[in-house]
Amino acid sequence: MTMSPSLARRWPDLAVVALLAAFPWFGGKFEVDLATTIMILAVFALSLELLVGATGLVSFGHAAFFGVAAYATALLAPKAAAPALLVLLPAAMAAAAAFAAFVGALSLRTRGIYFIMVTLAFAQMAYYVFHDTKLGGGSDGIYLNVKPVLAVGGAVVLDLDRSLAFYYFALAALVATFAFLAVLLRSRFGRALAGIKANEQRMRAAGFSTYPYKLAAFVVAGALAGLAGFLYAVKDGFVNPEILAWHQSGAVLLMIILGGIGRLRGAVLGAFAFVLLKEFFQSEAIFGAFARHWQLLLGLAIIACVALMPDGLIGLAAQLRRTRAVAPRAS
Amino acid sequence: MDLATFLVQCLNALQYGLLLFLVASGLTLIFGIMGVINLAHGSFYMIGAYLAYALAPWVALHLGGGFFTALLLGMMLAVAFGYALEWGFVSYLYEREHLQQVLMTYGLILVFEELRSLLAGDDVHGVKPPDWLTGSVPLGDLMTYPVYRLFMSGVCIAVALGLYVVIARTRIGMAIRAGASNREMVQSLGVNIRFLYRVVFAAGVALAVLAGMIAAPVSSVYPGMGNQVLIISFVVVVIGGIGSIRGAFLASLLVGVVDTFGKVLFPQAAGVLVYVLMAAILLWRPEGLFRQG
Amino acid sequence: MRPDVVLAATDVTRRFGGLTAVDRVSLELVRGAVHAVIGTNGAGKSTLVNVIAGELPASAGRIELDGVDVTHWPQPRRARAGLGRSYQRTTIFPRFTVFENCRLSAQSRHQRGWDWWSAAARCDASATQARDAMARTGLATLGDRVAGTLSHGQKRQLEIAMCLATAPQVLLLDEPLAGMGPEETERMLALLDALKPGHAILLVEHDMDAVFRIADRITVMVNGGVIASDRPDAVRANAAVQTAYLGDTLA
Repeated sequence: MTMSPSLARRWPDLAVVALLAAFPWFGGKFEVDLATTIMILAVFALSLELLVGATGLVSFGHAAFFGVAAYATALLAPKAAAPALLVLLPAAMAAAAAFAAFVGALSLRTRGIYFIMVTLAFAQMAYYVFHDTKLGGGSDGIYLNVKPVLAVGGAVVLDLDRSLAFYYFALAALVATFAFLAVLLRSRFGRALAGIKANEQRMRAAGFSTYPYKLAAFVVAGALAGLAGFLYAVKDGFVNPEILAWHQSGAVLLMIILGGIGRLRGAVLGAFAFVLLKEFFQSEAIFGAFARHWQLLLGLAIIACVALMPDGLIGLAAQLRRTRAVAPRAS
Repeated sequence: MDLATFLVQCLNALQYGLLLFLVASGLTLIFGIMGVINLAHGSFYMIGAYLAYALAPWVALHLGGGFFTALLLGMMLAVAFGYALEWGFVSYLYEREHLQQVLMTYGLILVFEELRSLLAGDDVHGVKPPDWLTGSVPLGDLMTYPVYRLFMSGVCIAVALGLYVVIARTRIGMAIRAGASNREMVQSLGVNIRFLYRVVFAAGVALAVLAGMIAAPVSSVYPGMGNQVLIISFVVVVIGGIGSIRGAFLASLLVGVVDTFGKVLFPQAAGVLVYVLMAAILLWRPEGLFRQG
Repeated sequence: MRPDVVLAATDVTRRFGGLTAVDRVSLELVRGAVHAVIGTNGAGKSTLVNVIAGELPASAGRIELDGVDVTHWPQPRRARAGLGRSYQRTTIFPRFTVFENCRLSAQSRHQRGWDWWSAAARCDASATQARDAMARTGLATLGDRVAGTLSHGQKRQLEIAMCLATAPQVLLLDEPLAGMGPEETERMLALLDALKPGHAILLVEHDMDAVFRIADRITVMVNGGVIASDRPDAVRANAAVQTAYLGDTLA
């Protein structure tokens, strides 16, 4: 029996999923926690990949949707009882999607450099709403008192308060997001986005009204960022305005360029690489007291990565092959 | 609000707007002429403030000078720094996509912030204005207005006039205006584009540094002060239109008014109002008020 | 309007500030005929095409497609109504294959934006239309080639194929012969001849030999305005046209 060709190409992804599924068995508490963070950020990075890599819309305000969902999760959850997962998760994603619809409708009237600046500005607006007002507890943030559960009838089937259950829930979310985007990008909608990225004017001349496509992509990306935001809020049970800061938007952009723009696997790899890089630079064991200034190393790493690896880690093999193909002729 | 308070707020709005103009004009020129989006522009403002803090004692000790000597020295350092930065870093950004420029200059922000932390620490510092600029002017019966803030506005107006003269009346200004609307054309006309770029960038840096230096006595010197200015400058550039100095001027004043009066009239929503303004203008004119080229 | 007139432009004007780039130009496109627009550089030909296509709004005038007033319609809507165009500077999708270039263009007629689960590759209608367009432009064997690797002439053919893939009734062709050698020009002219029966074609061109061979009607533009609009032999004999070209051979 031969495997269908598309399934055969998927074996690296399946291997990674299997590895992640087995990880809690041979990783310690700290490592499992780190892996959970990586998976959440991978969902976040995948959501931005839909915007930047697939549609060519460089947004510097994507953290806003992540943050809005996180805050929605904490704000909508009852103070004393366990919130219903099937109610809270869609609500959080809907909140993110609604804000994305608002920001997208206005921002997509602009192009290029304006778009980047405008998305940044709207994210700052959201930051100030949560930082300056009493809505979300101001700069102190708010807590999610009781983690959500999935209850069927009267019995609790899934309690996200249990760290192992939450780990597998996050893994399921990552797999679902990846699969959803893979199918989406192959659909007519996805191909239209690819055409818009390649040459929007050409698409318009062919008969595609590009604004609705871009807005839909923007809202879907916002909703998926909301999924990541929900997971983030549930994981540590605490949300503060810094998750909406533009450093978050910068970090997620860095993740996808580090991994490799234009590839779903690149987004996941980039999230993984980014978290590890940050851990490395912040490690006092390696850098001693200088670890306090890890942002300096991160900044230099960002510059080096963008300058030297334009195709990211995923494209590194191909890039090295290209440079080796050229080098012999030079000698 | 009585007349005196209104007058005070107007002067505050003017001062804030004019200061924003110094920063935003550099940003819009650099983007309009060179097509580079430079996120680190706010860092130059911060560098200016820290320069004011660091240079004052040094200048007093070694040169026997005061505030203005420090200002002059700071500007010279800023121009040299801007020139070197363009030559060593920014010139590599011209051919790159916007995303790469955004990320590389974002990395630069982190580098500048940490260097600042290493060299000047993380504490908040104050800077004293020169003695003859302290004190206040009376406004009506009850209110007074700080002389130093009037001085700030004066400096900004002088710089704005200077910019106008250079851009509208000199040959290099002509090249700048042409470059803002059509970069390739200017190149093919044989203008030494590399030199023009370096000059424009150094000027942009100098403007931001000057803004930081004169703002230091009023806003104090603290970590992260560049970030807020940067984003508001972006809003100004979006509202005014990329590449347009006139647009940056009008938009700066508009933002100054909305922000200042917003803080007084709607203190809860103060931080958000400027973005609401931007959203409203985008609905009406997606390319800013005075789009170039 | 006569029944076989597919597109009618009446007094179309386009101003840029103080400059009038297109000044009260009127023309008709008839099914089965090629209407060429010629003129010196800067005469406003490309601007005219952009206004008719909908990329630029008209400052004044009317554009009717099949009797419907489309003057205020945005470009995608006009395209879906049957108005196709090709570009003077090649605007293909260089990273996609030749087939995908055409299939995506054809997809504009089979848009199902909400259908997020069916693979686009399984959309038979757009695949068939794409293959049809490729066959008519002589690109049938090049389907799997990456578009960016084609020769210049082949890219110009692809430019036309992408336009055909949308099954238009009107073709606005902006200098399709630009940069082509004699052999490629012959191929393109043969293609245009073959396309005549089903379409109304507007052809902007500089190659006078080609224009006089293939056009059924010629409009001459100078400084944004029309100085002559007639059958080819009448245009050739027109004194104003000869003056305007000042020594360029039309014969």
